[in-house]
Amino acid sequence: MTKGKYRHAIAAGAVLAAGLMAATAAQAQQTFKVGIVTFLSGQAAESFGVPAWNGGKVLIEELNKGAAPAPYNKVGFGGIKIEPVVIDENGGATKQVQELRNLYQRDNVDFVIGYVGSGDCLAVAPAAEELKRLLILYDCGTPRIFEEAKYEYVFRTAATGTMDNVALARYLKNSNVKIDKFSLINQDYAWGHDSRSDFIGALSSIYPDAKMEADLLPAFGAGQYGTEVSALMRTGSTVVHSSLWGGDLQAFILQSAPRGLFKKATVVFSAADHAIPPLGDKMPEGAIIGARGAYGLMAPKSPLNDWFQKIYQDAYKVYPVQAPYRMVQSILGVKSAIEKAMEKNGGKKPTNEEIAAALTNHAWDSPGGRIRMANGNGHQAIQDIAIGKTKWNAATKAMELVDIQRFPAECVNPPPNMKGQEWLKAGMPGAKCN
Amino acid sequence: MDLLLTILIDGAIYASWLFIVALGLTLIFGVLKILNIAHGSFYAIGAYAAASIVGLFTAQQYAPAFSLVALLLAAVAVAVVVGPLLERLLLRRFYGRDEVLLVLVTYALFLILEDVSKLIWGVNPYYVTEPYGLFGDVSLGSLFYVGYDLAIVAVALICGIGVWFGLNRTVLGKIVLAVIHNDEIAASMGINISRVYLGAFTFGVFLAALGGAFTAPMISVQPGISVGVIIVSFAVVIIGGLGSIGGAAIGALIVGLARSTAVHIWPAAELFSIYLVMAAVLIFRPEGLFQRVVARRI
Amino acid sequence: MTRTLQTTLLYAAALAVLLLVGLMLPQWLLFLLTMAASHGVVGLGLIVMMRGGVVSFGQGLVFAIGGYVAGLAATRYGITDAVVLVLLGCFASALAGAIAGPLLARYRSIFFAMLTLALSMVLYGILVKSSGVGGSDGFNVPRPSMLGLTINETNADYAFFALSSVIATLLTLLVTIYCRSSRGLLSMAIRDNELRVEYLGTSVRSAMAVNFVIAAALGGAGGALTVISLGHIDPNFSYWTTSGEFVFMAILAGHASAPAVFLASLLLELVRSFSNKYFPDTWQLALGLFLLLIILFLPKGVGSLWAKPERLPRRAAEKAQAAAARQRDATEAAE
Repeated sequence: MTKGKYRHAIAAGAVLAAGLMAATAAQAQQTFKVGIVTFLSGQAAESFGVPAWNGGKVLIEELNKGAAPAPYNKVGFGGIKIEPVVIDENGGATKQVQELRNLYQRDNVDFVIGYVGSGDCLAVAPAAEELKRLLILYDCGTPRIFEEAKYEYVFRTAATGTMDNVALARYLKNSNVKIDKFSLINQDYAWGHDSRSDFIGALSSIYPDAKMEADLLPAFGAGQYGTEVSALMRTGSTVVHSSLWGGDLQAFILQSAPRGLFKKATVVFSAADHAIPPLGDKMPEGAIIGARGAYGLMAPKSPLNDWFQKIYQDAYKVYPVQAPYRMVQSILGVKSAIEKAMEKNGGKKPTNEEIAAALTNHAWDSPGGRIRMANGNGHQAIQDIAIGKTKWNAATKAMELVDIQRFPAECVNPPPNMKGQEWLKAGMPGAKCN
Repeated sequence: MDLLLTILIDGAIYASWLFIVALGLTLIFGVLKILNIAHGSFYAIGAYAAASIVGLFTAQQYAPAFSLVALLLAAVAVAVVVGPLLERLLLRRFYGRDEVLLVLVTYALFLILEDVSKLIWGVNPYYVTEPYGLFGDVSLGSLFYVGYDLAIVAVALICGIGVWFGLNRTVLGKIVLAVIHNDEIAASMGINISRVYLGAFTFGVFLAALGGAFTAPMISVQPGISVGVIIVSFAVVIIGGLGSIGGAAIGALIVGLARSTAVHIWPAAELFSIYLVMAAVLIFRPEGLFQRVVARRI
Repeated sequence: MTRTLQTTLLYAAALAVLLLVGLMLPQWLLFLLTMAASHGVVGLGLIVMMRGGVVSFGQGLVFAIGGYVAGLAATRYGITDAVVLVLLGCFASALAGAIAGPLLARYRSIFFAMLTLALSMVLYGILVKSSGVGGSDGFNVPRPSMLGLTINETNADYAFFALSSVIATLLTLLVTIYCRSSRGLLSMAIRDNELRVEYLGTSVRSAMAVNFVIAAALGGAGGALTVISLGHIDPNFSYWTTSGEFVFMAILAGHASAPAVFLASLLLELVRSFSNKYFPDTWQLALGLFLLLIILFLPKGVGSLWAKPERLPRRAAEKAQAAAARQRDATEAAE
């Protein structure tokens, strides 16, 4: 028994020593050590996690060479090189909180850019705030983060999911699509629930007479949609809304297109642009598609966008879709905020508080257009969005997006003093659409 | 009437898909007493292999009908490579150990295979749409279905009848049944149990891979497809009774019909319908609908 | 009694050392230890069940109940004391265990494992659908106070570390004492031969039900502790992979020694965290290999490194049979 206790103590001591050594070895030199958290495995790896980091990787390489176009032509962040540390987001929110703390406290990163999952974002935000360390959420869409709490150290450089569905409803109206009856198919988890109620909210103020028929909520990762397609086909709906993404979205398209869903109804997808390059000609024509921003095929023309498209295409032989755009706009936002802070403090490496102050109410240009931290007390971005319709180009053998309409940020995002759902219920007051 | 027909057809299609996967699961449990979490990974690997082999066939410009052969070939290839390798190198070290420990072993295997398939095939999606159009479209009432969906029902029937016939009407089947009932006595009767284990496991892997291969044309083959399969096929075998083939068929039908009824009549309950049926069955028959009562050994 | 006293003193000394060492540790390690201790408490419950020969594959059920009750008590009813929250989580799960326990006590081995798994997945389904408690995203729980003291940013990590260490030590002590009692030793006899115990006139089912309730209470306490220090809860607490990790922890520890479960829990957290850091693309592969190697080379768990489980069954069986005989006499006397 006593002998065992010693062994116990020795084992515990060894474990502690190993941990301490790892902690001290990780002391940073004069670089910006940036934690990047995104899905490298699991369902969201293919559509969001991996392409996002692919975009981040080429951008950081170019930034460290100082090869980006003005105003982003300084090396790294304000002359200091960027050193990324990448972590997999797969594994649940509990693990994310632990790993976020490890990034800050063990690996001594300067700040963290990350998180695709809404649940993960919600869980990690208070942890970062408590440690007074900077956290930039780059992708997740839930409006709850800044509507339910106030943060000093947490920012989100992408708009909430509300924008996607408001823009879809406005697009339908502008294109004179008649809607008597509509149906919905969304995944049975928070993202699907939120998108569903945002679309219903937006539609009911633009099309007050439209009636809802099938309101389907397949399980996340269901893979089999035969039954759902039957249910949608049985209705008389002329419009079908969906916020499906990734493998679920592709499976739904592959299974519903041959059964004629896209001929019978106008299908509107709130986040489907990332399915176009892999599906190619298997993507049906005439689907109305959002990208959660003005991204990819719908990105506004600018030298910055041309440059980003080129470096991405050179590296991966495919054009970038929404996820890399959001990662890039996040990194560029932080870069410009850091450089703004360094102008103020005389060129020193800025502190967390200095960066946070510079990022609050900040605005910057990204390949997807101008991003403004206008909501959530200057911590939540709003941005313009574009919606388009799929059309096959036989000459280039590529699926394209045509009839693209752009909506300014104030047209599709709630004003700073209102929650998304309240704004929709009130009939979207104060929306500036021209 | 129309609605009822739709519910039945949709339920049957989903049940067929479930049955193919759950059949392998229940067979492996019956013979080896392993509740195999890695079954979902075999399903995923089957889908990936189908993508690779169909891609190969298409590149060789074989007729599209050959893509069905490719699907079958993929399942066989996965079974022949993965089955013996895992059984001989890994699982056999654990026979006779606690059943729950074996669940953990397969859980570890699931984690490993998740990353291994990512290392082999990457994260980009694969499509195997060639076979999907082979059977044309079928009009049933006011709806029409893709013929391939109905072909899945045929595949499930062939699998089910084949396994039933094999077990109950052949000598080899009788031997397997003897091992399922009591492996010790079977061994003392001179049956080479080790070979039965190997065969049963490999065949179970084949069924999982077959399920994956035949699903591949309808989905985008990419990371994460293994997870969703595990829990629904578990539900099926729990409802039907672990190790029972008839149970797997009934369980798949119940789950399939419950799901399609929910989607058509009360869509908000879809996610829940499977768990609800499972809970209801477990409250009244915790050993599953078709589990024989095993005599306690003193 | 002297043995109990001896053990109590030993545990108190260990706790004191732990709390002192904690003062010198970096914050990330404190948090990791807090999580390891909180999860270890759940694993402790599994050890109690494993001694009776059954393993629950659905400990996520009670883990989630404890966590949600503590989280809701804090956010909805303004209960801010950490100790009260842990007690609430503990009682709520014990209650759930008391309802489910007698139903489940009939079942063994894989059927027991599957039944508990099914129950935890039913709860998972309910929670995902319950938008009132945040649906699949869950909700955040504000930092509680502790015994009238406020916890702020600077002392939070140590405070939660201390809280989870104290509670974990206390519960381990109680479990150790229970395991040594004649009632607790009955489990070992059941594991050894159920029928023999039945013939001696003791109800195996009631013993199993009691074990289940104890495990549920521990699971609830672990869930509440986790939520308090993590500040967040979501339905994943009840998902099957969460339960699977608890089972792994218990197998890694072995049932020979109760404290071993905390070492197992710590080891699991460290392996997961460092494989995530060094192999972000293949951390699941690393974790899976680690699990396999442990199961292969330490089949009786890390606890078997210092406790001697092989000697236990005979002595335990003798003592348990004596206990069973005593109980039978008592029931007869009562009749």
